[in-house]
Amino acid sequence: MAEAPGIKLLQPAVTPELVASHGITEEEFQKIFDILGRTPNFTELGVFSVMWSEHCSYKSSRHYLKNLPTEGPYVLQGPGENAGVVDIGGGLAVAFKMESHNHPSFIEPYQGAATGVGGILRDIFTMGARPIASLNSLRFGSIDHPRTRYLVSGVVAGIGGYGNCIGVPTVGGECYFDECYNANIVVNAFTLGIVKKKKIFTGIAKGVGNPVMYVGSKTGRDGIHGATMASESFSEEKEQRRPTVQVGDPFTEKLLLEACLELFEQDYIVGIQDMGAAGLTSSSSEMAGRGGSGVELDLSAVPMRENGMTPYEILLSESQERMLLVAKQGCEDKIKKIFDKWDLDAVVVGRVTDDQQFRALWNGDEVARIPISALTKEAPVYQRPVARPTNQDQLQHLDVAAIDEPKDLTAAFKQLLTAPNIASKEWIYRQYDQFVRTNTVVASGADAAVIRVKGTDKGLALTVDGNSRYCYLDPYVGGVLAVAEAARNLACVGARPVGLTDCLNFGSPENPTVMWQFAEVIQGMRDGCVALNVPVVSGNVSFYNETDGVPIHPTPTIGMVGLLEKVARVVTPWFKTAGDVVVMLGRTRDELGGSEYLKSLHGLTRGTPPWIDLKLERAVQSCCLEAIDHEILCSAHDLADGGLAVALAECCIGGPEKPLGVRIETHEMIRGDALLFNESQSRIIVSLKEANLDRLTEIAARHHVPMQAIGTVGGTRFTIQPLLQMTVEELKAIWSNGLTARLK
Amino acid sequence: MRWGVITFPGSCDDQDVVDSLKSDLGQKVKSLWHKDELSGNFDCIVLPGGFSYGDYLRCGAMARFSPIMRGVVRFAERGGLVLGICNGFQILCESGLLPGALVRNAGLQFVCQPVHLRVEETDTPFTGGMKKGHLLQIPVKHGEGCYFADAPTLERLQRNRQILLRYVDAKGKPTAAANPNGSLENIAGICNERRNVFGLMPHPEDACNTLLGSDDGAKIFASIAAAMGEKAKQHG
Repeated sequence: MAEAPGIKLLQPAVTPELVASHGITEEEFQKIFDILGRTPNFTELGVFSVMWSEHCSYKSSRHYLKNLPTEGPYVLQGPGENAGVVDIGGGLAVAFKMESHNHPSFIEPYQGAATGVGGILRDIFTMGARPIASLNSLRFGSIDHPRTRYLVSGVVAGIGGYGNCIGVPTVGGECYFDECYNANIVVNAFTLGIVKKKKIFTGIAKGVGNPVMYVGSKTGRDGIHGATMASESFSEEKEQRRPTVQVGDPFTEKLLLEACLELFEQDYIVGIQDMGAAGLTSSSSEMAGRGGSGVELDLSAVPMRENGMTPYEILLSESQERMLLVAKQGCEDKIKKIFDKWDLDAVVVGRVTDDQQFRALWNGDEVARIPISALTKEAPVYQRPVARPTNQDQLQHLDVAAIDEPKDLTAAFKQLLTAPNIASKEWIYRQYDQFVRTNTVVASGADAAVIRVKGTDKGLALTVDGNSRYCYLDPYVGGVLAVAEAARNLACVGARPVGLTDCLNFGSPENPTVMWQFAEVIQGMRDGCVALNVPVVSGNVSFYNETDGVPIHPTPTIGMVGLLEKVARVVTPWFKTAGDVVVMLGRTRDELGGSEYLKSLHGLTRGTPPWIDLKLERAVQSCCLEAIDHEILCSAHDLADGGLAVALAECCIGGPEKPLGVRIETHEMIRGDALLFNESQSRIIVSLKEANLDRLTEIAARHHVPMQAIGTVGGTRFTIQPLLQMTVEELKAIWSNGLTARLK
Repeated sequence: MRWGVITFPGSCDDQDVVDSLKSDLGQKVKSLWHKDELSGNFDCIVLPGGFSYGDYLRCGAMARFSPIMRGVVRFAERGGLVLGICNGFQILCESGLLPGALVRNAGLQFVCQPVHLRVEETDTPFTGGMKKGHLLQIPVKHGEGCYFADAPTLERLQRNRQILLRYVDAKGKPTAAANPNGSLENIAGICNERRNVFGLMPHPEDACNTLLGSDDGAKIFASIAAAMGEKAKQHG
């Protein structure tokens, strides 16, 4: 039997207990033994444990993810790199991705959320792109849960603390509260960057003898086994995991960002990758894997923040604000000079080899030797058992007749407006710099954020969406709806989708019902993407969002990016002028299942989610886009949580301008609460000048979209005849304070 | 006229000032690096917003020691125009070019929102293009923008009419509700006694184009350009 390297280094013996404590199963350990032809040493065991962790290897999700459509005429880089890249014309491209930082944010909300933002920013600028906009998708437990306020305050401050300091605007997002997140919150961070097509960089290591360079912050003991932690369920002892949460330093990241962008202007490097989860280990082995080469690292050369660090700790540290790059031979000094200007370390820590091995040296001795393919390609892939939950039918059963319709619908509406999921999110987004980089055309509060592309007439629309209640009730339909709503949000501002990134937050994959939810959601997303013609260009899976065996609702978050050829034509959700006609595109069905109304007013998470006809969805979006292209719409707003009444309220009071009233006449033959609050899909409220009504009618007819003029903008009252009415002033006061009052 | 915009490590809005001056106001601008000495002919030096040195110490406390600041102080002493925006305002206070200090917002949170500002004085190069009482809508975005000064300093500011901008409501009233950070007297921007150094918390560079919601910020830059143009003519 071959001997494991590193005999001169004092390392703990590899015992079955040690193996188990690394989250490696007996079968996996046997596989490691077969690959190496020997027992791994302690350092190698650590390397395998992170590279084969769920977080890094996607071992439970890979089988399903391959079904998602990833190609399209504008896709320059699909999944598998640090971020997806899409062509937007004129020699420019956008790189974007979304990532989860759920576990760390629950344990230490400020740093957990901050480093989530830091990590996604690095994923973007490592592609050569300058980050120009961020969004986030947040899920917290019940607003009444004693820990929720602490978590919300910390997460929001952490996102702001990092994003504001590095000078990338946070232009939008979403935030929901549900008791299913009481013990597992969701923090998903999205960033988009812009890059010249000819200057896209990737994480690749090739060219035998090329130096591997380490740039950025020094390495400390923080975050060791962060990736492994993200691959376990929580239990009572989770608080003790605090030391595995990294600490962010946005100032250093700002320097790193500017230094890297300066470096990218030159032709000094072959490839570059962020040291994120599993740090030096994953960045070096993944880069070598993509280049078909090997890599040799001299760990004693790594800049260290602490004394006495071992090779194991150096390889597994998740210290933030570090990048690994492969330089062209002879360019080392020129690279150092750039980083020197920004007061950052840049040191050679290894070289590219041709032996397809991952080798680590410590003071000249080899302490790890593992075939690269074992780390990047041969990680186990599981087709885990799936099982439809036995209570699914019961969940989907909803006897609407047994639900009393509120006698006073105005009072019911007021109650709904104060629900934390409906009320204004201003308390959150006013803590984010939304304007830096001077591109923000439409900021938080609209269906999608819109930024301009400097030097062109174009704009980009960005949205993050996902309704986990729908996914819980019917994961397939929930998957479809998440994609459909994201695309509809883009259509409302006048943008056509160019690609999406996803963040898939689920419970434990070892739980067959969770795996069933996962499979169904992916299938739904796939069908939504195909029908609406949106490729998936990057993504992230976060499993093990469960505590003591109770998983969160299946929570896929869709981050979608759209293009406006003429940003000056952008349309916002808010009513503009008294006298404008209000029109609904699409139709209201007789349904109530899965609605926020049922949840907030009746305490029910029941029924089937709203029905969707993807053909109609596509038609409604095309109709809205064509009307915006012809510049006949004054406003457009998607109907979502809270239905017609809430959407109309947002049109009246959600914008930066003075609130406007509206008078709506309804004639639908369904019960009042369903008419006001149901969440029927494929509906958009638009307003326009009466003179343009005929043109809109013609466009809608051509797209086979049902449309109905339902009222007029103006006055000081908010009226939906004959069901409810109140003053706009009162409406605004209730909606504005709903969340703020609960979080103060 | 010639503008110089300094980049400190951690400056975030430096390029935004450069872009707005160039594309929205057609000005000539040079980017300056904090490690360099200030050299060349400039009419106005801008200290931009951001988080210089991470603001891990008191905001602006490190940046005032950057090599270029020696030249900025001399430039101001010679009568050159210096404009400090947000973090730039904090640096000017730390370096003694402006009185008072900017402390943590009264609400203890970072605040990003458009605010209404009232132009209080117009006999300065920074506000000369506007009328007294003119209202501007410009965003603020800061965690430490609460202006504070001791009573004698405040009294001096008032006597010398150094308060150039105040936070007001949409009707122009300096109410408590219109004050985003708890600043004394709703102060949003002040100048020095000589009226050639101006610091403000709102970000005029974020409001130079109606596509972005407002072009009121351009009025401040345009005032400066006009003042320098006048001066050039007088000397010309």
